[in-house]
Amino acid sequence: MADFFQQVVSGLASGGVYGALALAIVLIHRATGVINFAQGEMATFSTYIAWTLTTNHGFSYWPAFAVTLLVSFVGGVGIHQAVIRPVERGPQIRVVIITIGLLLLINGLMTWIWSGEVRSVPSPFPTRTIDVGGVAISVQDIGTIAVCLVSVAVLWAFFQFTKVGLALRAAAVNPAEARLVGVRVPWMLGLGWGLAAVLGAIAGMLTAPSVFLDPNMMQAVLIYAFAAAVLGGIDSPVGAVVGGLMLGVGLNLLGVYVGFVGSDLRLPAALLVILVVLLVRPAGLFGKPQVKKV
Amino acid sequence: MSRATLRTLLLFAVLAVTAFALPAFLSDFRAQQFAYVAIYLVALIGLNILTGYTRQISLGHGAFMAIGGYTTAILMADHGVKDIVTIPLAIIVAGAAGVLFGLPAARLSGLYLALATFAIAVATPAVIKKFEGFTGGGSGINLFGTPELTASLTPVKIIGFDVNFNNWLYYLSWTVALIGYVIAWLILRGRTGRAFRAVRDSETAAVSSGISLTRTKVLAFGISAAYAGAAGALFAIATTFVNPDTFPVALSIFLLVGVVVSGLGSLTGLIVGAVFIQFMPLWAQSVSKSPGAPAVVYGVILILLILALPGGASGLISRVLQLTRRGQNFPKP
Repeated sequence: MADFFQQVVSGLASGGVYGALALAIVLIHRATGVINFAQGEMATFSTYIAWTLTTNHGFSYWPAFAVTLLVSFVGGVGIHQAVIRPVERGPQIRVVIITIGLLLLINGLMTWIWSGEVRSVPSPFPTRTIDVGGVAISVQDIGTIAVCLVSVAVLWAFFQFTKVGLALRAAAVNPAEARLVGVRVPWMLGLGWGLAAVLGAIAGMLTAPSVFLDPNMMQAVLIYAFAAAVLGGIDSPVGAVVGGLMLGVGLNLLGVYVGFVGSDLRLPAALLVILVVLLVRPAGLFGKPQVKKV
Repeated sequence: MSRATLRTLLLFAVLAVTAFALPAFLSDFRAQQFAYVAIYLVALIGLNILTGYTRQISLGHGAFMAIGGYTTAILMADHGVKDIVTIPLAIIVAGAAGVLFGLPAARLSGLYLALATFAIAVATPAVIKKFEGFTGGGSGINLFGTPELTASLTPVKIIGFDVNFNNWLYYLSWTVALIGYVIAWLILRGRTGRAFRAVRDSETAAVSSGISLTRTKVLAFGISAAYAGAAGALFAIATTFVNPDTFPVALSIFLLVGVVVSGLGSLTGLIVGAVFIQFMPLWAQSVSKSPGAPAVVYGVILILLILALPGGASGLISRVLQLTRRGQNFPKP
């Protein structure tokens, strides 16, 4: 039983990371109506920035963390203004292809700048475990869960209680009317991309200590994040986080206790989740079904 | 026969003659590369029917190519079927898989479908590895062990001429591609093609005109997957080896990129897309060889192309045509 709880907690830790990246996907989907296939590579790029700050420029962990978030935010806004804004009014597929172009570009850029070598990234949390009622839980897992939940809470407060958050929601829901009441819609959508990049950076920096850093680090995580976003409802921020946690725990238990799935069918299992949810309940667990006006 | 039809036929004849005369001027190595162009062309025709004509985004066509490729490989390696004979069978199997996947997929729209098909593409290699007994697992299936079934080792005799493997591959792929082109043109200019376009332009209007959405979308999926199956079979014959990494996620992504670069909803520019898929990575590599740089070049060019050419190659071609012959109406193919 102790083993079971340990698996649940480590599932929650990876689920928190999936949730954070899923939230980034949801943010961009709500703001611009597209899915950003480059989200994973953007997150990895941010992680490289944190890595280079701590190993090559003598930063300690948390200042490097803060600087990385700032750089990621600026980068996210910049990407939106430079390549997404010109096409976002056109057919969706062009935006999809642009994000695929970004994926290749950023992936190549990382190999070019930092080489494809595998790097180890320090964890801000100690690796020791603490004993909770007979269950050994690693501090790193708890830290990961905490950071994810705090960033989600901060983001929620930002959307709910600030004027900019309100404007951002307005721009996403109804761009034309938001413009009429004085919201600068393109910059609000850019802000959405910036925040998504920040969330991705957090997800990347939390993933790196446990899996090592290389240019393809976040590719599998991105798939899990897609699954989490679909599971929770691709338009629901709460759904993305809950979906991420559920998926993290579920896959962890499935991998450990179901022999057939093991570690090599974990990814297909996540994809099966996507397919089943899309077919049974396309709006996801927390999403509202879309009603289209004819 | 209308002028438009006549012009299409003329263009097609020029293409066919060019394609069949080309190997005389090409090295063996180039002939092989152009054979791959034809293989991608087959897959692109299929994907354009799905994405360009019925607006169903598929990021998973590599998976249907894998089905075609493995059908050919398994039939050849385990059952001793000759390579050319496996192609129609691969088409049928992949087409059936397309219909099966299309049935649920018809309910999904836009980006949801893109995600679902992407999921298929990502899962395919892992699933192939898991069913080792059938697919050979990670080590794959080697077709070089069966020289009597392919022309890989021995030159083939076609109407008295000795043709080496690469040229044979070239002619085989281009024959399939040109036949595929004709069939697609026939499908798309008639009733079925009109139904496809109606669904693309407005589902509501299509339904009110008596078109069954599910039937049309599933049909498009089946036809599209059948083309991918043919391409996959040719791919397996060309590489004489299949393993899970023969059909990676990147292949699915590059196919969609190829379709968008060609121009959605038009058959004219597809060769440009096929050439882009085959030669763009090689060209990007020749620009700079330092690790990572080719991907950067590729990504930048792709983004610039999308920004600069909204209609892809087909859009560019029709714009040039319109400029040169102002005042005439050009019905869309």
